[in-house]
Amino acid sequence: MSERVSDTPDARIPEGPIESKWSRHKRESKLINPTNRRKYEVIVVGSGLAGGSAAATLSELGYRVKCFCYQDSPRRAHSIAAQGGTNAAKNYQNDGDSVYRLFYDTVKGGDFRSREANVYRLAEVSANIIDQCVAQGVPFAREYGGLLDNRSFGGAQVKRTFYARGQTGQQLLLGAYQALQKEIAAGGVEMFPRTEMLDLVVVDGHAKGIVVRDMVSGEISSHAADCVILATGGYGNAFFLSTNAKGCNVMAAYRAHKRGAYFANPCYTQIHPTCIPVSGDYQSKLTLMSESLRNDGRIWVPKNKGDVGKPAAQIPEGDRDYYLERKYPSFGNLAPRDIASRSAKEACDDGRGVGPGGLGVYLDFADAIGRLGKDTISARYGNLFQMYEKITGEDPYTQPMRIYPAVHYTMGGLWVDYNLMSNVPGLHVLGEANFSDHGANRLGASALMQGLADGYFVIPATLPNYLADQKPGSVAADAPEFKAAEDEARERVAKLLGVGGTRSVDSFHRELGLLVWDKCGMARNDAGLKEALEKIPEIRESFWKEVRVPGSGEQLNQELEKAGRVADFIDFAELLCRDALHREESCGGHFREEYQFTEDDPEVSSGYTNEGEAKRRDDDYAYVAAWEHGAGGEPVLHKEWLEFEDVKLATRSYK
Amino acid sequence: MNLTLKVWRQGGPNHKGKIETYPAEDIPEEASFLEMLDIVNERIITDGGEPIAFDHDCREGICGACSLTINGVPHGRESAITTCQLHMRKFRDGDTIWVEPFRARAFPVLRDLVVDRSAFDRIIEAGGYISARTGSAVDANATPVPKADADEAFEAAACIGCGACVAACKNASAMLFVSAKVKHLGNFPQGQPEAKRRVLAMVRQMDEEGFGNCTNQYECEAVCPKEITAEFIADLNRGYAKASLEETLG
Amino acid sequence: MPSAASSIVSFYRSSIGKKLVVAITGLGLVAFLFGHMAGNLKVYAGPDKINSYAAWLHSMPALLWAARLGLLACFFGHIVTTVLLVKQNRAARGEVGYAYNATVQASRASRTMIWSGIIILCFVIYHLMHYTMCIGNEYESASYIDAAGRHDVYKMLVDGFSWFPASAFYIVSMALLCWHLSHGFASCFQTLGLRGERSWPLIKAAGYGVAAVIFIGNCSIPISIMAGWVSY
Repeated sequence: MSERVSDTPDARIPEGPIESKWSRHKRESKLINPTNRRKYEVIVVGSGLAGGSAAATLSELGYRVKCFCYQDSPRRAHSIAAQGGTNAAKNYQNDGDSVYRLFYDTVKGGDFRSREANVYRLAEVSANIIDQCVAQGVPFAREYGGLLDNRSFGGAQVKRTFYARGQTGQQLLLGAYQALQKEIAAGGVEMFPRTEMLDLVVVDGHAKGIVVRDMVSGEISSHAADCVILATGGYGNAFFLSTNAKGCNVMAAYRAHKRGAYFANPCYTQIHPTCIPVSGDYQSKLTLMSESLRNDGRIWVPKNKGDVGKPAAQIPEGDRDYYLERKYPSFGNLAPRDIASRSAKEACDDGRGVGPGGLGVYLDFADAIGRLGKDTISARYGNLFQMYEKITGEDPYTQPMRIYPAVHYTMGGLWVDYNLMSNVPGLHVLGEANFSDHGANRLGASALMQGLADGYFVIPATLPNYLADQKPGSVAADAPEFKAAEDEARERVAKLLGVGGTRSVDSFHRELGLLVWDKCGMARNDAGLKEALEKIPEIRESFWKEVRVPGSGEQLNQELEKAGRVADFIDFAELLCRDALHREESCGGHFREEYQFTEDDPEVSSGYTNEGEAKRRDDDYAYVAAWEHGAGGEPVLHKEWLEFEDVKLATRSYK
Repeated sequence: MNLTLKVWRQGGPNHKGKIETYPAEDIPEEASFLEMLDIVNERIITDGGEPIAFDHDCREGICGACSLTINGVPHGRESAITTCQLHMRKFRDGDTIWVEPFRARAFPVLRDLVVDRSAFDRIIEAGGYISARTGSAVDANATPVPKADADEAFEAAACIGCGACVAACKNASAMLFVSAKVKHLGNFPQGQPEAKRRVLAMVRQMDEEGFGNCTNQYECEAVCPKEITAEFIADLNRGYAKASLEETLG
Repeated sequence: MPSAASSIVSFYRSSIGKKLVVAITGLGLVAFLFGHMAGNLKVYAGPDKINSYAAWLHSMPALLWAARLGLLACFFGHIVTTVLLVKQNRAARGEVGYAYNATVQASRASRTMIWSGIIILCFVIYHLMHYTMCIGNEYESASYIDAAGRHDVYKMLVDGFSWFPASAFYIVSMALLCWHLSHGFASCFQTLGLRGERSWPLIKAAGYGVAAVIFIGNCSIPISIMAGWVSY
């Protein structure tokens, strides 16, 4: 592959065998002595698993940290909503797990579009995460003997997922939040809740601060530091309807992108297979049902289109199509998320979907209840069943749940090197906000793992590589770059308030979301993407003409907050579709209809894979697409070619 | 369905507020309470008014941001849910619904239905953690914890910090919140070294924030979306008495 | 390390510290209620028994006064602390209350403790003036000395409760006292942290039981007197 030249900045992947890259890197990394650390100021934007754990840990090390979040408390960051669990290569179950196997599963699950060295490091530190969290008092599920329990998750054949009922994200986040509060009390972290980042400030090519808006008073101000860490989550809300919290947005990442940071693989969006279907056009968000339900629930649709209107109980066993079990006998209902989602879409496109609008498939617990008893099922999933019942008014103990895929996680994000630093020196990106570990598809229970790995273990070790070369406090918030960025932010606020149209911000967001979901959702094609790219500028134009943002900038103004975010989503959606259009292959969460296996392919005739499965084109696309915000806003593509030394590139098969 | 809303409107922290009446017409039964407010707000915006501000985020009952007192009950009458999980099918066509902020002196109103609950963060700061410096942990299975203890800790740790307990309490007491955290951390062997300090510091901070005290009326547990039991308050009382006694004698 | 004295002060200043004081003094008062009722019930055993019991109590002035002071401490400790707590609670609710008030499960008794308490306080003052200090009556005069030369408590009781308004006030006050106890008794255990998942229903039942026993036991006396079942 010698002709493949990456034109991204150096990813700084350490030399040597994969098992020793991380230890070698730590050994060779720069250090800052404890008395000097307090001279450095670090800005952390976001207080979820990645940001919260990073802020707490950096403060423990002695750095002075300023942490910002838009929520009223760092405890409410959206990591809290993760249900299922967090993976770790502990092999407590003695079922053959290892760091290598977690690494391999993650690379394979990501459809061979992730950076090997990063993923291996993730698998390596996964075990430390569990130790750390247990020490903090995270109440993971335990067995009667007092030891930790594990469950299995999609895309894996071992039990390596640690969980706290259906609230694992909440419990892990509370652990990080409590560590953060401890550091706030100790004076190491200054916390700014209800504060939104409006811009990144770059001074002499280095990220040295941010411009923020106090969401209560409306005051816009600047904060300077020696480096900036973004841990601001994903961009799933570009689709309007997603499982993300309403406040999740791409503003921080997109602002950084406009200031020079490359945005990598935006088209890799994960559609989660088990969400509660949409019930009407008033709907404001979608609710995820933990993937763990697939451990005991069986997914099916009627074999015959004529049966879709019938109550599930009236459809005899022989007339049900348990399509995942049929197509993927060895993984069955635990097939990876992208595959499970797309299969549901296929069934519904085939006219066999159930529920309102035919957009749903059954997730049936009748067998499991018969085999294990209602009590066992209730102990495992009681809270999820209750949640489903509250939302739909249907009892999943007596009738199958209806589920449908929904946007859930975004694998793409700002490009980072092995140190988690972007191409803009000083700008580090953690967690879902970066692109690094999940390739084209993330396996279940890996998001929490990555957020915590980045925050607790990676950034504390890699940040000195940047900081050690910086003179602490070299830039102050009165530098002209701050003034300019602040002025721009104020102008933008004034502009949003001054449009004076009649349409609500939400109406634009909905319009954008529907378009992106339709053209760049579970399946994409050339014509659809081109159509989206024509329509998005029209939406932008009418947004800036017709939107109405009531109230003033000097008050708590939720419409103004939304307006700023939606304006960025509109711009970002273009990049998303552009990336999807350019990637002429199918991989993971990116399914291009033109690139799928057909009966003519030898992989299908040999029985290795099925017709309709995603078809990668490794020779042409085994790279990270890192987009630069070019002059005039035209995106410029940079490629980081992926080297696979420890995993053989292969067509994924979960048969 | 058609409803009438009586909503608390307040321009800012130092403004005087008042109840205003809004029609909520053509609301689908499947909508959630917050989606109903979205619909009402959408109409207010197109009619040229300022929409009703309310806190919300995950809209699936876990982040603890949403915080409305609906017909006098935080998160509404339905048990074990947050406002975002309350669905309109639980109301009847023609109902008048009162929507007010979570009220307490320690939760000042910022605007309309949005209140400042940072007092809870400061209580956690005072001692609601286990000091475990990153990197210093032993193997996770080195200390087995009886399943019953871990399960009970989980019941307490399920608290989402929404503040409904305070809003419902006739005395605006934060005892359920504090007791849940003390219980969660105290139930683990890892939490023991700081247990005494924790309970004294958290209760002190709770008092400083201006919360009331518990008069054992249990409104808190009735409205708690995570069904946290007031039994934890009893444990907190005992723990506090013990820690105080040890501090006095020790 | 704070000094012992400052620890005690900060304990009393804390909300839970005060709650514990209310609970402990409350239980002390319940214990007194039982003792007092047991003594009074001797009225059914006849004048000799109850008069000799009263004489026996008065034969140990040191002990009697110690008990009285303990009782007084509980009494004032309970009231003063409660008033402080109520003040704190009113302040904690804030200036603006709910326009629409609702209660999910708090019992009426629990919400009216301060009012039942105040009325009981009034009753206790009256009751002490009536029988202990004998103000506005002649219970300390020579006509209330029995044949054995003891204070004729029996006659005093019968005369006292023969006056209908006194009995009526007594019965109403007892009702309120028991209303107070129906919440207060179990509440003491909650505050002291002496409850478990299994013991809690028993404690609550015991609270209602204690309230009922005290109500029936105490009220039976004026009723019996007015009905003429107890007389001289």
